[in-house]
Amino acid sequence: MDTPALVRVEHLCRYFGGTCALNDLSFEVHRGEVLGFLGPNGAGKSTTMQILSGNLAPSAGRVLINGVDMLKQPRQAKAALGYLPDQPPLYRELTVDEYLQYCARLRRIPRGERRLAIERAKQRCGLTEVGRRLIGNLSKGYQQRVGIAQAIVHMPALVILDEPTVGLDPIQMREIRALIRELSAEHGVILSTHILPEIQATCDRVQIIHKGRLMLSDTLAGLQARMHSSSVVVGLHNMPPLTELAALPGIGSVELLADGRVRLHHVSPDLLTHNPAEALVARAVQQGWRLYELIPERASLEQIFVDITRTEQHPADDVTRDAAA
Amino acid sequence: MIIFSIAARELRSLFLSPLAWTILAVVQFILAYIFLAQVDVFLQVQPRLAALEGAPGMTELVIVPLFGNAAILLLLVVPLVTMRLISEERKAQTISLLFSSPVSMAEIILGKYLGIMGFLLIMLSLITLMPLALLLGGALDGGMLLSGLLGLGLLLASFAAVGLFMSTLTAQPVVAAVSTFGVLLLLWLLDWAGNNGAENSPNVAGSIFGYLSMLRHYETLLKGMFDSSDVIYYVLLIVLFLGLSVHRLNADRMRP
Repeated sequence: MDTPALVRVEHLCRYFGGTCALNDLSFEVHRGEVLGFLGPNGAGKSTTMQILSGNLAPSAGRVLINGVDMLKQPRQAKAALGYLPDQPPLYRELTVDEYLQYCARLRRIPRGERRLAIERAKQRCGLTEVGRRLIGNLSKGYQQRVGIAQAIVHMPALVILDEPTVGLDPIQMREIRALIRELSAEHGVILSTHILPEIQATCDRVQIIHKGRLMLSDTLAGLQARMHSSSVVVGLHNMPPLTELAALPGIGSVELLADGRVRLHHVSPDLLTHNPAEALVARAVQQGWRLYELIPERASLEQIFVDITRTEQHPADDVTRDAAA
Repeated sequence: MIIFSIAARELRSLFLSPLAWTILAVVQFILAYIFLAQVDVFLQVQPRLAALEGAPGMTELVIVPLFGNAAILLLLVVPLVTMRLISEERKAQTISLLFSSPVSMAEIILGKYLGIMGFLLIMLSLITLMPLALLLGGALDGGMLLSGLLGLGLLLASFAAVGLFMSTLTAQPVVAAVSTFGVLLLLWLLDWAGNNGAENSPNVAGSIFGYLSMLRHYETLLKGMFDSSDVIYYVLLIVLFLGLSVHRLNADRMRP
């Protein structure tokens, strides 16, 4: 390895009683990268985050943060990370300033640098106005921001955020996402979520985890390439018999839609070599089908997510899909 | 350094809740009542005592009963203060802040323990003000007072260590309070088994139980007899329960 990865996870397993929550998980995160963890409820996202942050010991496997083993040298490893659990760890009876002061001490920021670090964290999370207010009296969105502020107050190399935008309104969500992008300039960020647009808006790399197994790990660009069109919707004024359409090269099956248009499914997923649209247009002109509409249908990230997590039919997936939509 | 930060946070949160103030007020009120009653008794018997040779003085007749009663009262009260130490953090899931910070389990436990000891020392100094008030009208047996204070302080420190350990066992503060109370009462009453054994026949088990009882060691200190073995007993008890707490917190991450 040329440069040591910021996080290196090797063959991570975790059992809760007889149930296997994580099964042989391995991955790496590099500096300046935002890794999105995606999965339905109960897939093992939070368990992974807890293990990475040292809140939970793995049943087997290793976690290296900045090259330091989390189990053998927890103090050194933890110094390089900031963690926001799914429930922000806030003391409701303290004010925002007192709380961040306490966090800064826990993270061993030298006395002289503490005030500056707190000011910076407050500024980045939009908390400068509420420093003197009690955390318990803040709205959920502000509490979430305080949670993020405690995770970044000591400028850790790695920031782990477990569902950071849950319970926020759309404007706050956008702000938090912008903040995450901003963080990725200096920190590595691991983000778990089941909100798909969030992944598309913030992450460089996506890992889909399902039932404790890593189902997919790819860059967002790679994923986008996977989101190839799998079908085209065609509108023709002179509709030929469907069998004739099905006979076109590259077309697998034909489906007549209610409004008179047809959906043509591709045979091959590789569009560069087998794009049926070209042949279709040529044929339409030649035969006078009077083509008026041709819409390639892109599979969304959601579709990929559903395909992967649907390998075994499970009622929980429907819930996730609805939530994601 | 980190230990003191954790302790300071603990103490601050304690005093931000009405519980700490209520407990201080109630304990002070009840002990003041007992104290005044003892002073009253002393004033009644004082003329007769003056005639006796080697009669018990003010310290023995007022302060020793006061401290004796204070121990029973604090046995009831300390579990209420210690119950939230770890269990509340677990319940509110703030414990993950400590677990993800570069802080060892021993530092967390010691910080929590120091925080609660700060509170108990405040309580102890408030209690001490009562015997000191007697200096206005008479002389005290300083050695006896100090020995009693040491005993009460050590007793409180042991109560707090047991309470801290019980708090690491659960996420329910009330469960922690009840079980702390149970263990403390048991440690207190172990003496009975010891006494019974001693009366019937010299019984090894009985004398071991008697030795393990917190009450017996406290009584000797109260009488003004400073025996280092009593002090060591309390120190061992404290170290044992703090060690168990660290162990329990470590095991938290391994939870099956």
